[in-house]
Amino acid sequence: MTETIVITSGKGGVGKTTTSASLSAGLAQRGHKTAVIDFDVGLRNLDLIMGCERRVVYDFVNVIHGEATLKQALIRDKRHDNLYVLAASQTRDKDALTQDGVGRVLDELKQDGFDYIVCDSPAGIEKGAHLAMYFSDRAVVVVNPEVSSVRDSDRILGLLSSKTQRAEKGQGAGAQHLLLTRYNPVRVEAGEMMSVGDVEEILGIPVLGVIPESENVLAASNSGIPVIHDAGSIAGQAYADAVSRLLGEDVSMRFVDAPKKGFFKRMFGT
Amino acid sequence: MSLLDFLRPRPKNTANIARERLRIIVAQERVTRDGPDYLPLLRNELLEVIRKYVHVGAEAVQINVERSSEGEVLELSVALPEPGAATGTGG
Repeated sequence: MTETIVITSGKGGVGKTTTSASLSAGLAQRGHKTAVIDFDVGLRNLDLIMGCERRVVYDFVNVIHGEATLKQALIRDKRHDNLYVLAASQTRDKDALTQDGVGRVLDELKQDGFDYIVCDSPAGIEKGAHLAMYFSDRAVVVVNPEVSSVRDSDRILGLLSSKTQRAEKGQGAGAQHLLLTRYNPVRVEAGEMMSVGDVEEILGIPVLGVIPESENVLAASNSGIPVIHDAGSIAGQAYADAVSRLLGEDVSMRFVDAPKKGFFKRMFGT
Repeated sequence: MSLLDFLRPRPKNTANIARERLRIIVAQERVTRDGPDYLPLLRNELLEVIRKYVHVGAEAVQINVERSSEGEVLELSVALPEPGAATGTGG
């Protein structure tokens, strides 16, 4: 049984690709055969974050157009031999992805025995974003604790409950999860940033994970290694926790509280 | 809270402002989300007409689209200011 998960957000720059890379690497690490697909046609980037940019020969659109087989286009991950990347095409043709074509590729992955298909959605609510979510069973909505990101997430949640194949077939919306990124507990405590609870209450769906703001995220993307592999970093650990929850494990939320200040700091500040 | 913080002007709790603003706009957009595109415009025009007669705030007009087997029902509710409240809530 294959599960298709879309990583989406509406707003750009909130961490969809970072999240797609780390969740798919985490699922593979836990022994699940996983494919991660970049739906951002024209703005391919998942390959860079996964560190396989120089191994892209064929892409998603090539497979849809029959110019390459799926097998030729799937790039096997360097670290996990059960993880495969399907790169987005760099074409400027906006209609390169078709619903039929995407459906066919996903069906073939299902027949190949993949456990998870992770769809990295482009920003916006245009065709690419629509197709990334259309065939999904579950959705991870990536959100920053910031007004425009929260509002856009709510719009995406509306689309998820009406514009997916499941919804059209009357099967109801699939499971929806929030994943907060760039979370800064110190600023939350100071009243400068909305809390996990605030965002969860406004959007009304459960939180899968909270990724604290961390310099390791940029370091990971600089090096092309999904941050989940940086097990010493809190962002990496927070992603590993999110993977566990995705697999149905009950893991308590870490890194959401500001570190306690010592006596000296409390008296004299920083 | 450090000792020195008492000497500095306290920054506003902007997280609360963000939360309240989002709560209102998200609720408003959810109602009109599945309805026709003209709903927000309709709502604004209605508000303008009502304001010719009574002074009401921007939140005074609420629109709701109800779907049933017999079709769609557009539900409008207008909250008028309490008598005696001379200026209403402004807007």
